[in-house]
Amino acid sequence: MTLLEIKDLHAKIGDTEILHGINLTINRGEVHAIMGPNGSGKSTLSYVLSGREGYEVTGGDILLDGESVLEMEADERARAGMFLAFQYPVELPGVGGMTFLRAAVNARLREAGKDEVDQLAFVKLVRAKAKELGVSDDMLKRAVNVGFSGGEKKRYEILQMALLEPSLAVLDETDSGLDVDALRIVSEGVNALRGDARGMLVITHYQRLLSHIVPDFVHILAHGKIIKSGDKSLALEVEENGYAGLIDAAE
Amino acid sequence: MAATQETIAAVEEATGQYKYGFVTDIEVEKAPKGLNEDIIRFISAKKDEPEWLLEWRLKAYQKWLTMDSPDWAKLNIPEIDYQDIHYYAAPKTAEGPKSLDEVDPELLATYEKLGIPLNEQKMLAGVAVDAVFDSVSVATTFREELAKAGVIFCPISEAVHSHPELVKKYLGSVVPVADNYFSALNSAVFTDGSFVFIPKGVRCPMELSTYFRINEKNTGQFERTLIIAEDQSYVSYLEGCTAPQRDENQLHAAVVELVALEDAEIKYSTVQNWYPGDAEGKGGIYNFVTKRGACRGDRAKISWTQVETGSAVTWKYPSCILQGKDSVGEFYSVAVTNGAQQADTGTKMIHLGEGSRSTIISKGISAGKSNNTYRGLVQVMPKAENARNFTQCDSLLVGDKCGAHTVPYIVSRNPSGKVEHEATTSRISEDQLFYCHQRGLDEEEAVSLIVNGFCREVMKELPMEFAVEAQKLIAISLEGSVG
Repeated sequence: MTLLEIKDLHAKIGDTEILHGINLTINRGEVHAIMGPNGSGKSTLSYVLSGREGYEVTGGDILLDGESVLEMEADERARAGMFLAFQYPVELPGVGGMTFLRAAVNARLREAGKDEVDQLAFVKLVRAKAKELGVSDDMLKRAVNVGFSGGEKKRYEILQMALLEPSLAVLDETDSGLDVDALRIVSEGVNALRGDARGMLVITHYQRLLSHIVPDFVHILAHGKIIKSGDKSLALEVEENGYAGLIDAAE
Repeated sequence: MAATQETIAAVEEATGQYKYGFVTDIEVEKAPKGLNEDIIRFISAKKDEPEWLLEWRLKAYQKWLTMDSPDWAKLNIPEIDYQDIHYYAAPKTAEGPKSLDEVDPELLATYEKLGIPLNEQKMLAGVAVDAVFDSVSVATTFREELAKAGVIFCPISEAVHSHPELVKKYLGSVVPVADNYFSALNSAVFTDGSFVFIPKGVRCPMELSTYFRINEKNTGQFERTLIIAEDQSYVSYLEGCTAPQRDENQLHAAVVELVALEDAEIKYSTVQNWYPGDAEGKGGIYNFVTKRGACRGDRAKISWTQVETGSAVTWKYPSCILQGKDSVGEFYSVAVTNGAQQADTGTKMIHLGEGSRSTIISKGISAGKSNNTYRGLVQVMPKAENARNFTQCDSLLVGDKCGAHTVPYIVSRNPSGKVEHEATTSRISEDQLFYCHQRGLDEEEAVSLIVNGFCREVMKELPMEFAVEAQKLIAISLEGSVG
């Protein structure tokens, strides 16, 4: 079943067009990877999908479950099931982790017309999921992302994803700044969330993440366009030969 | 917990900008407008006061006549016509109710609406409440139980009769009559307020709480609170305030005096939510308050915590006079201004005693086209060997039409004194907002979370029940300020 359809998507920041017509379809149960060199528009794509202010769509459409999301604000898209694991998660000084997680989960439940979470049950649930992801109780007590190491921030992102159970998860360079062990823990967390209920879009510069989170499809993004699509072997090809050859071949 | 839930529910029901803007329709007895010696005699007679207090009032009035309204604050206040105000208004049925059964049901309904239940549930929550409506105290709960512990908690008008020696000894001893323009005015016309006395060695068995409500049109509220904590005693006192939504400005000029003797501790918390006026600055309460505590004994401690979200104008500097050796003063403040509100607030820490210490944590949040000023004085006197102060002033700006100002005064007259001042000014960043939005939180909720996070150090000083209410209040105060 089609989850996300990106149709001839053009987008700009200020006066500069960054995305020049992207086409991509993700079905539920699929994991797609987008690879590309720096400046190819990878992060822009993640922000345009999630509705960040300042990113203007100038053409094309984005459909989630068949509905265009272009008129929806970022928070509405999130409540509709879209989740972005940030490359650089932001610190929220003084905002308690549990408070934040509960607010996010409740926002989604309210949208669905359901009751808010029971506080005690929620704390238990969070602790259990946190343990699986190597997020310590101490981290849960601290303010959101404040004083977290790079690896801790990424694990915290995946914890949020596990709690919010999005239909579409976009992971923006989740591997950046991770050592081998952290990469394994984060990947296991992501893999545990794979399934028929959701689709994933994994954005990365390097192949190494994709040997942990094995994608069904790989797309190469360069100069704001998808220049080649294939299966996981395409990632290995990039690893072997770099982006230059692929880009030259496309132009 | 029941009362906490009730409070949360009440606040959550809030739909408009100011949910306390209703007017209660009850019969009121008012003094004619204006201020003169006859009015003061009228008030004094109404309270059946002893001669010495009337004399005290009249002297204060004479002083006030010679004084000028202070103009040093960063506030733009239209001239106030002191002859156009009622200085006394009392619900007619409120003449000395003995129990809640005797209180006007309309009045109780008002407190219900405010989320301040004077009923059984509140009792169960273990908070003793004194409710002051316009000029008089209408209900003080839990008094018998407190009396068993030796604690006196009653309207000050009553304490004048029941404990004249205490009132006489301490009234005006921390804030002298002629301390400032508004304290002189208050001393002349104060009508009611709370009186608290904690005897030696007693830890007050419950939180004490007073709610102030200005209901009548063109009425000033001039309450007077006096708290005395004897040696080795402890008390935590909470104060909340609201007023109806009116186009005219209303005047509130209170005086609060705290006295902490040897090893005593007083914790005084305020959630101030007077009507702030509309977005253009029409109406609202002028809040001119003198709050001061004296740590008279060694190791005495006074802690002020305030969350100021209301009032058109706030002029308020809860202070500590640290006389005792090793005495401690604390000031934790959150001041939120939105629309056309103006706040000039801060503290004074006067170090007189050897080894005295003080901490000041101030969080100012400005939104709309409001102005928010922190003004604080830290003064180390010659005999205050090894006095220490730490001050942190953080300002958060929401939008680009508001102002945040920090005006610290530091005077150290003892070379061993150590005074630290840290200050920051920041904005809610677009990154932080987007992060919250991406997690499904709308603008209001995102701002509320971030702002409450910014204030956390102060909020955690509030008693649990108040903290929840204060968080919601901050969120409500900032509604519509972003986007």
